[in-house]
Amino acid sequence: MKGFLKSVGLLTILLVCSAFLLSGCGEDKPKTIKIGFNLPLTGDIPEVGEGSKNAAEMYLKDINDNGGLEVGGQKYPLEFVYMDNESKAESATNVALKLIEQENVVAIIGPNSSKQAVPAGGTCNENRTPMISPWSTNPNTTLDRPWVFRAAFLDPFQGPVVADFASKKFNAKTAAVIFDVSNDYSKGLAEIFKSSWEAKGLGPVVAFESHGTKDQDFSAQLTTIIAANPDFIFVPDNYNQVALIVQQARDLGYTGPFMGSDAWGTPDLIKLCGEQCFGNYFSTHYAAAGAKGATKVFIDRYEAAYGATPADYAALTWDSIGIMVEAIKNYGKVDADPVEMRKGIREGLAAITSFDGITGSCKFDAQGDPIKCAVVVKISDKGEFVFEESVCP
Amino acid sequence: MDFIIQNILNALQWGSFYALIALGYTLVYGVLRLINFAHGDVFMVGAYIAFFVSGFMLGDTLGLSPTVTFLCALPVTMILTSLVGVTLERIAYRPLRRKGAHRLYVVITALMCGLILEYSNLAVLGASRLKFPELIHKTVWNIGGVTVTNLKVIVIVTAVLVFLFLNFIVTRTKIGMAMRGISYDKFAIPLMGIPIDNIIVFTFILGSGFAGLAGLLFAMSYPILEPFMGMLIGWKAFIAAVVGGIGDIKGAFVGGFLLGFIEVGVVALPFLESTYRDLFAFTILLIILWIKPTGLFGMPQSTKI
Repeated sequence: MKGFLKSVGLLTILLVCSAFLLSGCGEDKPKTIKIGFNLPLTGDIPEVGEGSKNAAEMYLKDINDNGGLEVGGQKYPLEFVYMDNESKAESATNVALKLIEQENVVAIIGPNSSKQAVPAGGTCNENRTPMISPWSTNPNTTLDRPWVFRAAFLDPFQGPVVADFASKKFNAKTAAVIFDVSNDYSKGLAEIFKSSWEAKGLGPVVAFESHGTKDQDFSAQLTTIIAANPDFIFVPDNYNQVALIVQQARDLGYTGPFMGSDAWGTPDLIKLCGEQCFGNYFSTHYAAAGAKGATKVFIDRYEAAYGATPADYAALTWDSIGIMVEAIKNYGKVDADPVEMRKGIREGLAAITSFDGITGSCKFDAQGDPIKCAVVVKISDKGEFVFEESVCP
Repeated sequence: MDFIIQNILNALQWGSFYALIALGYTLVYGVLRLINFAHGDVFMVGAYIAFFVSGFMLGDTLGLSPTVTFLCALPVTMILTSLVGVTLERIAYRPLRRKGAHRLYVVITALMCGLILEYSNLAVLGASRLKFPELIHKTVWNIGGVTVTNLKVIVIVTAVLVFLFLNFIVTRTKIGMAMRGISYDKFAIPLMGIPIDNIIVFTFILGSGFAGLAGLLFAMSYPILEPFMGMLIGWKAFIAAVVGGIGDIKGAFVGGFLLGFIEVGVVALPFLESTYRDLFAFTILLIILWIKPTGLFGMPQSTKI
């Protein structure tokens, strides 16, 4: 009992001390601007986390090599904290909390996919910390959340883009959808696509099948889809599932085209899917092949640094940091208290009406969502993503 | 009609993997009364071993043709994976058994071993997925609207052959008799002069070897490897083994195919949505266990295997 009391006492002293320590830090003049990154470095889509981190490192080096970010006539170095959300919804909220409460970041970039961005956006909003999701396209990420912003277009825009393109390109009358029911992004986009396809009045969505995130066998769903004989299959899934779905559909005798969404756009899609994905189309945020201007400069530098073409999430992360930096400049000073600073950055973000990024220029609406163009790319016979068509709202 | 036959084929292929993995669970349980929760991850390790073995054989130093690679990789993968299983038994389960630990602790150890395998793989190879090379040139046969690939046929035939082989070993051979003996009475068997540790090692060789075989075939059918690929399928195969009556070879085989058929069936039925697949699948299994708690072929108490 005595030992127990002793350890409790020690723990209390430690806690009190650490509280003093923390407050002691806060009273110092701020030396850096600390931004957190909530990224899927492991889990289902590690490639996405990696690409985002690479782009962020590049941005960080640019700023800090110049002595830091100039705010209110004084230069402050940036500090980026990367944390792994394992591509899980529950880990994403934990990471957001950790960044806010332990790391005391002034703003958060990420999570990337809607599956994590929707719950983590809630956490950031409740804790009054500005968050920008680079890649999330699900409306719920920012809906009624004044603290949450994004750099990508929305699924209510992407769904009709896919439907329009497919009806033109494949001359399609009927469509089928296979999606991941436990992924907010996939499910949301599938439903939006279904309603926008049916609104066109060309024909019905003949099959609307779902699967789970960890599933590896899709033959039963695909048999149902193929029996319904659609003109094309829409697959708003992550690249790892796309590779399996396309292969299994071909094994079951399907010869028609596939249409994908922005989650397809990773170099790993080609590595995992190979030739079977060639010749298919997907909608995305930008096309690396044939880019011009600032986009081209970014792509060339990224390729030189990491030996790979940056995918859309890398470019969007770059733009997200750009938007964040502009917000900090809008606010015009750096507070010692992160809570004060967060409030300022949020106001700075809300004040941005338009932004010229490497994924195109955009305007922001009242929800904090950008209004920008989408592109449709074709997977060429060399496995490159080639620009096919640009669709603007 | 071809829709139904197609789905039966789908179910047979998917059920084959459940059956192959469930057989490993059931063998170890039958002899040791130990639920080897690391088995799903031994299956994952098997798939990775198959990846590296076939990568090495296809590579520049040897440069074998894909078909030869498949034939060579088959035994090599099985042997290496069974070594993994035996190592697990040696360093994790045997010391506990020697100290007379309760079975519960060994089961927890098995769970931890599975996590260690997953995360050491994650630490060594990273989170990025691997693409398994094509070893058998795939041919798609179309018979009256039903499509089947040569790989599917190989998978289904292998599952049946493995079942027949294990059934033969356990029921018709001396070593099988020893295995059944241990399951009856662990204390009397050493007194009969049977080397109990050797029999247990043999059990692990069989179970893990066939997990390696399943890993190879799985990687060929679903050619994307990741460190957690064995988790869900391992759990489901365990449930299949329990439903079939864990400890019974026939039960694991039937249970595996049963689960495959239920999963595919729920998706294929036109009036059910695919969203409800796992919900319906496991409700059906729950009802089976409710009616027959020992599983389809299971017998109460210690007369298993």
